[in-house]
Amino acid sequence: MRRSLSLGVAVGLYGASFGAAAVVAGFSVVQACAVSLLVFTGASQFALVSVLGAGGSVAAGVASAVLLGGRNGLYAVILKERIPVRGWRRAVAAQITIDESTAIATTSPPAWTHVGFWWTGLTVYVVWNLSTLVGAASASAVDPAAVGLDGAVGAAFLGLLWPRLREAWPVALGGAVLALVAVPLTPPGIPVLVAGLAVLPALVRR
Amino acid sequence: MIWSAVLLTAAGCFGFKAAGWAVPSTVLDRPALRKAATLLPAALLAALVITQVFAHGRSLTLDARVVSLAVGALCLWRRLPFLVVVLAAAAAAAAVRAL
Repeated sequence: MRRSLSLGVAVGLYGASFGAAAVVAGFSVVQACAVSLLVFTGASQFALVSVLGAGGSVAAGVASAVLLGGRNGLYAVILKERIPVRGWRRAVAAQITIDESTAIATTSPPAWTHVGFWWTGLTVYVVWNLSTLVGAASASAVDPAAVGLDGAVGAAFLGLLWPRLREAWPVALGGAVLALVAVPLTPPGIPVLVAGLAVLPALVRR
Repeated sequence: MIWSAVLLTAAGCFGFKAAGWAVPSTVLDRPALRKAATLLPAALLAALVITQVFAHGRSLTLDARVVSLAVGALCLWRRLPFLVVVLAAAAAAAAVRAL
């Protein structure tokens, strides 16, 4: 439970940067809050506002965000083995199935898996949404370019990528190269989807 | 336009989460599915770093955002917390633009 709460603080700061990034991309404060309430998976949310903010189509933005959210489905399959949930609670469990709740649940002692998952998921949900509101409201009061918010979003994506680099650096490098090649050739948003092809060599190899 | 994107993304992301809770756990026996779900975020996030920092519409540009990225990378390498990474990156771009 203590780990969930300290994680909550870190998530608050991340949520505030999402709120700010959404406003920079042209979302209203209400729209930024709706994304956090309904989508509730950080990397996908950042991807959506980044693609739309760069002038990408709705289809490209939604596709990037949903593909990034695919890993939550894998988390859910792993969690259902350890946490039995029935009925309407299953919908709630699904919505709070994210990186943080899965990490805490799968690294807690077996007797605490249940508590770790629910506490972390619900704490992060509340903190994430409150901090999105604070970040979005503050960002709408300033000039985003003058305070460097656009640069901060790039660094935020790097921060999300960082812990994955140890295992997946070849795929990340491939994705980066494909995106660089695709930027001049395709409309905004499409380079991110093209980069997804970088996983194919790893899937074909056994 | 933004609202439809928000609702479609919400439906898609919740769909994956709910599907995971609904399908039998034998899907984990398929290594390709597991690999795709763990590797895809790395490819997409790397591409988002590129487009967020270097793209301006359809052209590649070098501006203050590159300095942000370098400062962010330095902070991550020094294992500083996420907020420090983001704030330092923002401050770097703001400083370059104020020069």
